[in-house]
Amino acid sequence: MILSESFYESILYFFELFLSGITRGSIYALIALGYTMVYGIIELINFAHGEIYMIGAFIALIVSGIMTMYGYAGLSVFFTAMIVAVLYSSAYGFTLEKIAYKPLRNAPRLSPLISAIGMSIFLQNYVMLAQTSDFMPFPSLIPDFEFLALIDYIIGAPEVVILITTVIVMIALTFLIKYTRIGKAMRATAQDKKMAMLVGIDINKMISITFIIGSALAAIAGVLIASHIGQINFYIGFIAGIKAFTAAVLGGIGSIPGAVLGGMVLGLTESFATGYVSSDYEDVFAFGLLVLILIVRPSGLIGKTTTQKV
Amino acid sequence: MLKFTSKALTVLFVLFLMVPVLHAGETIHLGVAGAHSGDLASYGIPSVRAAELVVEMINSRGGVLGKKVEIWAEDDACKPELATNTATRLISKDVHVVMGHICSGATKAALGIYKDMNIITMSPSATNPDLTQSGNYPNFFRTIASDDAQARLEVDFALNKLKLKKIAVIHDKGDYGKGLAEFARMFLQKSGKAEVVLYEGITPGAVDYSAVIRKIKRSKAEAVIYGGYHPEASKLVSGIRKKRMNTIFISDDGVKDDTFIKVAKKYAEGVYATGPKDVSKNPMTIKAIADHKKKYGDDPGAFFLNAYSATLALLNAIEKSGSTKYTKIKNALQKEYVETPLGKIRFDNRGDAVGVGFSMYQVKNGSYVEVK
Amino acid sequence: MLKIVENIQSSFWTAIWFMLLTFPIMVIKVNTIDHTIEWRFKNMIWVGLSVFILSFLRQLYIQRKVGSGINKKFLKIHIKNKYYFLIAIFVILSTIFFPHLVSAYQVNIMTTAMIYVVLGLGLNIVVGLAGLLDLGYVAFYAVGAYSYALLNYHFQINFWTALPLCALLSATFGVLLGFPVLRLRGDYLAIVTLGFGEIIRLILENWNEFSFGPSGIANIPRPPFAGLENNIQTAAILMYYLMLLMVLFTIFMVNRLQNSRIGRAWIALREDEIACQAMGIDKTKTKLLAFALGATWAGLMGAFFAAKTTFINPACFTFLESAIILSIVVLGGMGSIFGVIIAAFILILLPEYLRAFSDYRMLIFGASMVLMMVFRPQGLISKVGRTYNKA
Repeated sequence: MILSESFYESILYFFELFLSGITRGSIYALIALGYTMVYGIIELINFAHGEIYMIGAFIALIVSGIMTMYGYAGLSVFFTAMIVAVLYSSAYGFTLEKIAYKPLRNAPRLSPLISAIGMSIFLQNYVMLAQTSDFMPFPSLIPDFEFLALIDYIIGAPEVVILITTVIVMIALTFLIKYTRIGKAMRATAQDKKMAMLVGIDINKMISITFIIGSALAAIAGVLIASHIGQINFYIGFIAGIKAFTAAVLGGIGSIPGAVLGGMVLGLTESFATGYVSSDYEDVFAFGLLVLILIVRPSGLIGKTTTQKV
Repeated sequence: MLKFTSKALTVLFVLFLMVPVLHAGETIHLGVAGAHSGDLASYGIPSVRAAELVVEMINSRGGVLGKKVEIWAEDDACKPELATNTATRLISKDVHVVMGHICSGATKAALGIYKDMNIITMSPSATNPDLTQSGNYPNFFRTIASDDAQARLEVDFALNKLKLKKIAVIHDKGDYGKGLAEFARMFLQKSGKAEVVLYEGITPGAVDYSAVIRKIKRSKAEAVIYGGYHPEASKLVSGIRKKRMNTIFISDDGVKDDTFIKVAKKYAEGVYATGPKDVSKNPMTIKAIADHKKKYGDDPGAFFLNAYSATLALLNAIEKSGSTKYTKIKNALQKEYVETPLGKIRFDNRGDAVGVGFSMYQVKNGSYVEVK
Repeated sequence: MLKIVENIQSSFWTAIWFMLLTFPIMVIKVNTIDHTIEWRFKNMIWVGLSVFILSFLRQLYIQRKVGSGINKKFLKIHIKNKYYFLIAIFVILSTIFFPHLVSAYQVNIMTTAMIYVVLGLGLNIVVGLAGLLDLGYVAFYAVGAYSYALLNYHFQINFWTALPLCALLSATFGVLLGFPVLRLRGDYLAIVTLGFGEIIRLILENWNEFSFGPSGIANIPRPPFAGLENNIQTAAILMYYLMLLMVLFTIFMVNRLQNSRIGRAWIALREDEIACQAMGIDKTKTKLLAFALGATWAGLMGAFFAAKTTFINPACFTFLESAIILSIVVLGGMGSIFGVIIAAFILILLPEYLRAFSDYRMLIFGASMVLMMVFRPQGLISKVGRTYNKA
């Protein structure tokens, strides 16, 4: 053996931590995209976004619960739950915008922020009261793939699915923003609302679409992570939300690749911090990193101003 | 003129609302404080129900010292600052004894207030050893064994029964979990018989735990001693088993809960957890659980039996001592035995219940079985 | 008349939308632990009805607002001058005699409300006057509380001696936070301050040797004052009067600061940073001073909080606290002292008096925040610039 046993182990360990990091990072990225898109278009930090993620997970739980009770299983449940969760989350996001943010479009900057925080509290308690405050187990909907059986002590099926889904979503979103008319309209609205109105773009529709897409992504993240971890409760949105928001800012808020990059960087930092230092302080590392990066690059890693650049 | 009077009336009205309704009456006031809302509500609500069942039963037999018992339930959401509020409120309303609080932190915060006013307080679930061992709270009692006893049991079991040499100690960074983990680590290190290869805290609610699990794998630990509650425990165990690790998992009474098995499903198999001694054959226990099912429609939750016993003990002490005075009740608690679902218990001079201990359990075929 | 029909129609469709939207969460209750499903169709009817009524009312409100043209206030107080005086006397008297009229519990709540008033005023300096969005204000609050608790624990320093030390420590932390964020604008500043708040909390939680970790510090002594602090009832009254003095002191200080050179510098900084710099105002000094002063007040309140509740742990200082304090400032109307006071009372007393609703408390609280913003986005007392007397 050219390489010693422990050297091989160290490499493996590093690789495993890397894998943990990008899995986590993908989840952060999916949620961060929602934050960054909304910010890009109406300059609002949507604090209730984490709750949309949580609602997506709960809807999926409900759907899969019903389906398993009637005897369905496996991939059909997974896809149905995902689709229904996406639909409902988008609806929630859409409604959220109409109730809590649209009336405040011309208000001073901080008012919609407070409204967002209020909605976040409201939605958390709404789900807690209407459903339960307990942790609900989430069925593992992603079946084990045979080709992974050999290395599944390193990487499991859920992780693969998360990574692949994130990549697909990234590509789809980039395509949408860059090459479609709607994407162009969204970019225009983000750049200058008044001008966009003048050239005939319906900005209300654009804003709603932004919320819908962001919420859909959050729902996808919610379903994926719920399948991976196996449990959800009404509070998961809060922590994921703050982390994802940090990721979005880290990458440069308003920038789509920034959100993805920020998510990955955050996920990797946390993973390596846990693996090599201590998991006690993993959050401190995450926030510390944020402060450092923002000192050096005050607009985030690849952020420009508030436009939605791709 | 109208504007003025309406404003004045509003202010008066608001002030009036703030004057509490005077409570008249010859009843025994039992305060039940704990987390009745928020994310820890599932730990506090069963206690309220336990108290309600006991009080119903006792009132139907004529009450205590000929008077009816009245329950004043106060919610502290396991937050210390709310706990001091609820304590002050109960005191203002002239409470006689308090069954609560639920979380060690909240209990600690409230105890100072109860102590100053000489109110006996009995908790069904606050396991922080300090509460009885420091001697700072002579008014405090509890119907559950303290954390160091649990940690002691876990460590002894790991070392002597399972003969483990490399153990990873994990906690959830919370008061309860970290406290237990600290004790476990201390006992392990003192024994010299095993090595603590890892001592880490995980963040409850984090998006994923694979990094910590991989770290556990790397440390080559034979077992994990985990201090914390069942949601994180089941996430950890599932993650560990999915990575094909056979690490033994030993945990505490926050995990010895049927919900843990239901959530972790097949991954729960083989998990060890300490819990209160098995009292399911006790006729009082059977009756208490049946009563709960009848009145509330489902199985009782965490600390139900402890709360049931605590209520019984408190009311029994009042009855036996013939008064609601602090010293008399305290005396009665220490001298008199009382029959409870947890067995025949009384209290020692520090406030711990004599006759309430812990055992080790293991999940076998989907339910917890006591390990002899 | 046609309007009413239209209203009913649109309310109807809104109700249908909400019924469908909330259908899974409100109606279906899946218990994956016990494998049961509970269908609660009654809830759907409730949702439908309440949304219908609310939507209808809201439409009426908007129409009246637009129709009449004048936004007929929410809290504009038109009181003739002579009644002003009587009301002021009444308010002052009731404030002074309040603690003797009600139970210790009520006094405690009022004291808590006053703590938040001062916190709101302190944050007002940073956010309202200087325009620096600080989402981590609770960090300084925590620094103050833990400083007093630890100084007392290790060195037996009593409350009065500890106060200036707490203020100093918090101010130092304020400057520490200020330095890295000098270059950041707007929302980047927000997230960094949020991160700072979380970092402080996490360090307190994990560094057991220093801060006793999640178990917190108990038995913190109350401020010594002629032995009054030992009895619950008198201690509560004592804290009440102390806080009252603090509130008056803070109002005085903030008022003076607002109208001073530094106050105007802050307002200039908020309005237009570049122009401010062009006028020769030292941006760095101004920003750091804002952070430091804001932090000082939070630190002082932290010490009071520790002395009042006699027990602190890291869970007392979460992001939600910062969010509530920020809401107080925004609801009050940025920069308005009176508004902040009223907002603090509303936001703190409301959950306490809503205890009757126990489970639904936080739900109503969240909804109230949203409603208050939607109906009154500029805050209760909107910022009125300095006016000069008309001749």
